Amino acid sequence: MSPESLLYAKTHEWVHIEPGSGGAKIATIGVSKFAVEALTDLVFMQLPPVGRKVKVGDSFGEIESVKAVSDLYSPVDGEVVAVNDALPNQLETLNSDPYGAGWAIKVKLSDESSLSKLMDYSTYQKQCAEEGH
Amino acid sequence: MATAPVTASLAQSSLAQTPLHAWHEAHGGRMVDFAGWSMPVHYGSIVAEHTATRTACGLFDVSHMGRLRFVGPGAAEFLDSVVTRRLTDMQLGQIRYGLVTNDIGGILDDVLVYRLPAPTVAHPANLVDSDHFVMVVNASNREKIVQWLNDKLAGRDDVKLEDLTTIYAMIAVQGPLARQLVEPLFDADLHSLKYYHGMYAATKTGWPALVSRTGYTGEDGYEIIVLENGAVEVWEAILAAGKDQGARACGLGCRDTLRLEAAMPLYGHELSESINPLQAGLDFAVNLEKRSFCGSWALLQARQSPLPQVRVGLELTGKRVPREHYSILAGKAVAGDAAIGEITSGTFSPTLDRPIAMGYVAQEFSAVGTELQIDIRGGLTAARVVRLPFYSRKK
Repeated sequence: MSPESLLYAKTHEWVHIEPGSGGAKIATIGVSKFAVEALTDLVFMQLPPVGRKVKVGDSFGEIESVKAVSDLYSPVDGEVVAVNDALPNQLETLNSDPYGAGWAIKVKLSDESSLSKLMDYSTYQKQCAEEGH
Repeated sequence: MATAPVTASLAQSSLAQTPLHAWHEAHGGRMVDFAGWSMPVHYGSIVAEHTATRTACGLFDVSHMGRLRFVGPGAAEFLDSVVTRRLTDMQLGQIRYGLVTNDIGGILDDVLVYRLPAPTVAHPANLVDSDHFVMVVNASNREKIVQWLNDKLAGRDDVKLEDLTTIYAMIAVQGPLARQLVEPLFDADLHSLKYYHGMYAATKTGWPALVSRTGYTGEDGYEIIVLENGAVEVWEAILAAGKDQGARACGLGCRDTLRLEAAMPLYGHELSESINPLQAGLDFAVNLEKRSFCGSWALLQARQSPLPQVRVGLELTGKRVPREHYSILAGKAVAGDAAIGEITSGTFSPTLDRPIAMGYVAQEFSAVGTELQIDIRGGLTAARVVRLPFYSRKK
């Protein structure tokens, strides 16, 4: 997926929305390249089980680098329907393909209202520029 | 009150910059606020920089460290009265690690004290024509220590304390290749310099410097205190000399992982005013026999009774990393039981490829081999007390 086509949360998760079966949309969620590069030297990642209900702002996992540990926050409301189980054992994928093979979870949306609070690519780029000094 | 330190107003409005600041920014340094200084935490990868220091050579800008000079006939006796380590018997050129303690034995800072002859390399900024002492203090404690010592010096004219921090840069060159990369740059016999010794020397291009065989990584190497205008030249010359052999610029991130593997305490983590040097396991730096210094009475008392909490090293399996302030519980404790200690530093050790940590625990839990647990974000994780350091270089 191209980063320009994605939505972003303030906490550096990216979201890709696509239609799912039965009308509910599916959000694929991952960690932005900016966040991965800021963390550096990843050593550990924990993801939730399929079936976990999440709300906007809930921690759905954690990612740990040599330097620090960070929560992964859900940018949407819904239920986890798929988890990239291979990712925690191949953390380098987060560097090499953060918007493709580096996806973390897929969530079936229960409510779409939170999507309007997410940023588009150019707005997110501005946030990163400010944080990156 | 003594006069306010010059950096106090600076720290509020903007961060202090070292003479290498522009170099760091131009070379991808990720700059962070460290004790009021804008310092590089890494240039891309903490692990790559860590490994370069263990296997080749790492260069560290440590110009933020405080550099104080003590001149006058009373300097030796004065410093001996404020540092836990005996200093009056130091030879010229010798360096000792010690603690500055308060009246109740709490640690105000950990410092290196150099006893030096007058520099043979004259420079207008460097003029001192007699034997003297230099003390290197932590950046975060510099203002506090200058004030503490100035208060003690009130009314004395036999010792002059000068804060030389901002007219010098300080570069640590560490790793198995460090000595051979530094020595050819100087017009002096650095190679004969023994461990924990220092000397004034000039670079072949004429920059006056104070070079010591010291460091904070667990590797051999030098620390070079050089006049600020010479910093970039010295830095680039060492990097250029070692580039093909893996030398690289390193940030404070790997300085922390390196010192933690070497089990060197860090002020604000393992050391504080509520910890005494005996609890920290720094007995080697405390000389209580036939001398007295600020805090020595309290430390004599402390030595005769059980210590409440002591510093230990902890090793864990798995990948989750114990971080500062995480609770340490007994090996058989269950969630909700009281903590028996706290983590002060933790990281994922690049050299050992597993999480390591230091912390303080009640003395009965401090024996090597004791099984403990760490509360890592709500999950109790098994940990074991191990002998420190985690890493020591092959000599």
